[in-house]
Amino acid sequence: MKTAVQVEGVTKTFKTLTALSNVSLSVHEGELFGIIGADGAGKTTLFRILCTLMLADEGEAEVLGLDTLKEYRSIRSRIGYMPGRFSLYTDLSVEENLKFFATVFNTTVEENYELIADIYIQLEPFKKRMAGQLSGGMKQKLALCCALIHRPDLLLLDEPTTGVDAVSRREFWQMLGRLKEQGITILVSTPYMDEASLCDRVAFLQDGTILAVDTPVGINRLFTAPLFAVRANDKHKLLTRLRSYPYAGSVYAFGSSVHYTLSRATASIEELERYLLESGLQGVTIEKIEPGIEDTFMALMKTDNERLHG
Amino acid sequence: MGEPVIHTEQLTRTFGEFRAVDAISFSVDSGEVFGFLGANGAGKTTAMKMLTGLLLPTSGKASVAGFDVFSETESIKKNIGYMSQRFSLYDDLTARENIRFFGGVYGLSSSTIKEKSEALLASLDLLAVADSRLSDLPLGWKQKLAFSVALLHEPKIVFLDEPTGGVDPLTRRRFWDMIYEAADRGITVFVTTHYMDEAEYCDRVSIMVNGRIAALETPAAMKESFGVTTMDELFIRLVRPGSGETT
Repeated sequence: MKTAVQVEGVTKTFKTLTALSNVSLSVHEGELFGIIGADGAGKTTLFRILCTLMLADEGEAEVLGLDTLKEYRSIRSRIGYMPGRFSLYTDLSVEENLKFFATVFNTTVEENYELIADIYIQLEPFKKRMAGQLSGGMKQKLALCCALIHRPDLLLLDEPTTGVDAVSRREFWQMLGRLKEQGITILVSTPYMDEASLCDRVAFLQDGTILAVDTPVGINRLFTAPLFAVRANDKHKLLTRLRSYPYAGSVYAFGSSVHYTLSRATASIEELERYLLESGLQGVTIEKIEPGIEDTFMALMKTDNERLHG
Repeated sequence: MGEPVIHTEQLTRTFGEFRAVDAISFSVDSGEVFGFLGANGAGKTTAMKMLTGLLLPTSGKASVAGFDVFSETESIKKNIGYMSQRFSLYDDLTARENIRFFGGVYGLSSSTIKEKSEALLASLDLLAVADSRLSDLPLGWKQKLAFSVALLHEPKIVFLDEPTGGVDPLTRRRFWDMIYEAADRGITVFVTTHYMDEAEYCDRVSIMVNGRIAALETPAAMKESFGVTTMDELFIRLVRPGSGETT
């Protein structure tokens, strides 16, 4: 398998803040790879280094087999970058923006239109509108079209779905799936854990350090404790009672249930159920479940990073 | 639950031909955690602006914390708390300075501010870093502080606009603990979010579609009446009717 992105021991500091600390990862050609992490995890710094907009203090990075330091010009013509902040020209219209980006990359909208056709068709009714006047979802689609118009080999998308509603997020990921089928390698960052499961592989990033890199299924194997979904009529009371239970491991609200691990293997579920009922809770159910990405991420966040890294 | 802290009847706001908020009617009781959901562009922000006294409605009626949204907007602003992900505190001020600044904005006396500052910093376990610039604090602490500052003047209701956007899953959950604690003290919490799991933590949820309230219920009752098992599915049904897909 060929490598599209190779990062080796990259460190980047800003004054006292270490944005990236000895980060290494490789993205295969044709892969849809997710960088999962919260605000301040270092996602944007990593993207800016890969886009050749910023230099690492230490370490090396290669993009499409080219060195980010020496061959930045060649890299720039072969990647499409969508920054986290909307960066198109707000006082140009939709079609002017697209034409502009095509021209900058020495191509035409017509030449690669089929690549963006199913996205652009949704923008077509507004093609005369100024980009600044578009709704959030439309801006995002236009930015994606502009990043794609020169048919890049690698697409770098920095938090394309932050602040986007659940339905539009889903549609955006369907678009990414179709682009992947066209052979484009995609590196995408997101704070949304549910999007991690839509990637071929993901890297968890926290405080500039990679906690784990694996397929979503492989990531979940790192979660080893038996996990239970506990439900009761009063969720807040359930949370507080579970937390004060002597054998409580982790206790996290998860939608309509609470995800719960026991701190010792011998503690029994029957005992826990009795404890909850005696606390006056009603409708108590306890069910053993498989961990999801978010369970694993939280478990990794809490445990010693070194142990799981490398 | 006492008398409603928010009450609207046919509340409407138009921009030219466009009906951003189209005759919405609902009530929120005191101590309730009320989730205000909707797709981008559904009218949530416009509705929030009217309820917080920042934008005059075109027609309809509404009161917030006992004050009228047409004639008493200044009283509304003084009697509500507000926090968003985008704007909450000043990063280049210290924790203590932020508290003093917002205390002043809310019209608290110097002695009250002093008293509250110490109590607040102690209860948040921030005394040791009270005089470092906020930009040096981890996001989770900043959020805790921002939420407490929004409650500094003891409002009856606090508006939280996507308070957990971009936040890590642990910090997100700690934030909801604070929401529950506030609700237990009788403070009404009006919160928007794009995280569907967070919709489940609300006492009741409303979902806006094209300027109207398409559904308003407890999460459990809402899922039951639509015959779905998750809020995610429900949201998709309402926002993209006829799309038929739930995967």
